[in-house]
Amino acid sequence: MTAALVVGHGTEVAGARRRSRTAWLLLAPGLLYLFVFFVAPVAVLLLTSLFERVPGGPVGATRPAFAVSNYVDAVVTYAPQFGRSFLYAFIATVLALAIGYPLAYVIGVRCRTRPLLQGVLLVLVIAPFFTSFILRTIAWKQILADDSVVVSVLKTVSLLPDDARLTATPVAVVAGLTYNFLPFMTLPVYASLERLDLRLVEAGGDLYATPISTFRHVTLPLTMPGIVSGSLLTFIPAAGDYVNSALLGNAGTSMVGNVIDSRFFRVVDYPTAAALSVILMAAVLLLVAWYVRRSGTEDLL
Amino acid sequence: MHPARFRSLSPEAQAVLSLQRATGRLSRRSLLRGAGTLGAGALLAACGTAGTPTNAAGGPTSAAGPAPAADVSDTEKKVDWANWTLYLDYDPATKKYPTLEKFIATTGIAATYSEDIDGNDTYYGKISGQLANGQDIGKDIVVFTDWMAARMVRMGYTQELDLSLIPNAKNLLPSLRGVDYDPGRNRTLTWQSGFGGLAWNKAAVPGGLKSVSDLWKPELKGRVEVLDEWRDTVGLIMADQGVDISGSWGADQFGNAIDVLDNQIKSGQIRQVKGNSYKEDLVSGDAVAVIGWSGDITQLNTENDDKFAFAVPDAGGTLWSDNMMVPVGARHKKNAETLMNYYYDPEVAAQVAAYVSYICPVVGAQEALRKTDPQLAADTSIFPDAATLAKVKVFRTLTPQEETDFGGRFQTTIGN
Repeated sequence: MTAALVVGHGTEVAGARRRSRTAWLLLAPGLLYLFVFFVAPVAVLLLTSLFERVPGGPVGATRPAFAVSNYVDAVVTYAPQFGRSFLYAFIATVLALAIGYPLAYVIGVRCRTRPLLQGVLLVLVIAPFFTSFILRTIAWKQILADDSVVVSVLKTVSLLPDDARLTATPVAVVAGLTYNFLPFMTLPVYASLERLDLRLVEAGGDLYATPISTFRHVTLPLTMPGIVSGSLLTFIPAAGDYVNSALLGNAGTSMVGNVIDSRFFRVVDYPTAAALSVILMAAVLLLVAWYVRRSGTEDLL
Repeated sequence: MHPARFRSLSPEAQAVLSLQRATGRLSRRSLLRGAGTLGAGALLAACGTAGTPTNAAGGPTSAAGPAPAADVSDTEKKVDWANWTLYLDYDPATKKYPTLEKFIATTGIAATYSEDIDGNDTYYGKISGQLANGQDIGKDIVVFTDWMAARMVRMGYTQELDLSLIPNAKNLLPSLRGVDYDPGRNRTLTWQSGFGGLAWNKAAVPGGLKSVSDLWKPELKGRVEVLDEWRDTVGLIMADQGVDISGSWGADQFGNAIDVLDNQIKSGQIRQVKGNSYKEDLVSGDAVAVIGWSGDITQLNTENDDKFAFAVPDAGGTLWSDNMMVPVGARHKKNAETLMNYYYDPEVAAQVAAYVSYICPVVGAQEALRKTDPQLAADTSIFPDAATLAKVKVFRTLTPQEETDFGGRFQTTIGN
């Protein structure tokens, strides 16, 4: 679009028009792609979410309708799962920031003079991606199993009651989410810390600021874009995730993703699954818009 | 052919269990047929929601679904078979399936075997869109559990088998010959059967389990797991409550069982509701008592020094079968029939049974196995005795409406 407008400023109107046609032609594949893989699916999703089931019809049969009640039913029935999704995703994002920020600080600031170490540490952050997400989560199940070293050590030092467990609990699900999305937090924060001008931090010290207030007034504001994009990259997929809850949780930890999966594949109830997806999308969009506006980094969007 | 669009009382269920001949009650089916007024289905087909089953014919007596593909078996000597994991004899040394290799060598038909199916729902979800349009899904044989096999037949997604090309089908256990969804057995053929029952870790549960209620003992709190295949879990609880799961029970009886499940999940007695992966939890020790499947426990025991035990509760267990069928768009039906015929040879069936350790549906396989491995031939989990068979029942076939309602309620109960 921008290209077309810029070209439109040409002096020769006919030529400009021809050029603008070229711009549209160049844009066409992209627009077509967006239409086929974004606009059309979202439209179908919206339509499906308003369909109704055929009473007495074959399994999974639906017919066009304007059943707004699908949305009401979905929200009423699955309010706990929605609540859990956002709560777990929020805790996981906070934990990922708490773990990821110091990690990124060490790599991006402390190791600046040692590029080799910096490279090695970065590879270590990314390395888990070389194996499948699901396999790593299954491995966590083994690590946290009842007879595992982790659980018996925690019980010996009385951090965990004798009859407690780690798998099939919300703790395991949140831990899984934090672990799985940690690189999404670390890398954007690293990118902004890596560009941090250390002279500004030194200036803070020269002006008798304590390290803490220097961090609060200099480092943190300068790395805010990294924190915002990192938390978005963690929160959005974590809210829609169902693998961690399916493998590390139980019936009491299921999230919206698990419900969508079960409505779609097991009950073959497409309208409810579609309504849930639309609600999740809308809720995430609202939360993100509010967050970005609040943290004053609209440029990101 | 009778697409099984009827509400069946599943009378053959009893037959399956007791190995007695199915009685004349089968004829009652015709009276119960045609519960659906399904003309509306045809209208909806046009709406084209992805995966929405289309049913152009609708009526209970006409052939529903798309037309079968032309058979090119004579020119293309190949057959593609999709099955569940660990469901065919496998030699880890050669990385090959010995019986299948022999089939290829004797018939010259290049058979490809893939372990594509990890769940009835998920695999059906994957292929139903193509099946509705009569397209080739790239498989000539697929294997589904009874209730999904019933849906496949009902939707017209299977091809009629030419039984003259499968003479060995006469070896099918008499009790499995007349299933309600395929009375003539000319669209589906049993692959293996199994029991849903109780399994436990012998060291952790020294007293063993006799009934489903034993799972709710306080000392097992948080160490119990049940199957997410709801016909087995709810079926066992219903049987424990004295319901004949093959009989004409209704929403009330189902609701009673769901209440029990709901309470046990909420109280934390049940740790997790799982699919096949309950086996890993038994091995890791997270679960010590489960509702599980017979053959799984036999397989686990060979790998874990006989650590586990399996029993069908006295109040009754479930009996299910997985069935081979030719999907509607498959182009190698004749080759598929040749393969089915081959696996119904008692000698071959015995070889498969020795590996998969589920119930073998082929008459004569026990005698064949007795020659090579007398100990295995006496294994009641592969060739069950009359006492065990008297305890198990087949979950009755549900109407599409019930399938959706009950499945939905179960999923809600387990948190989804």
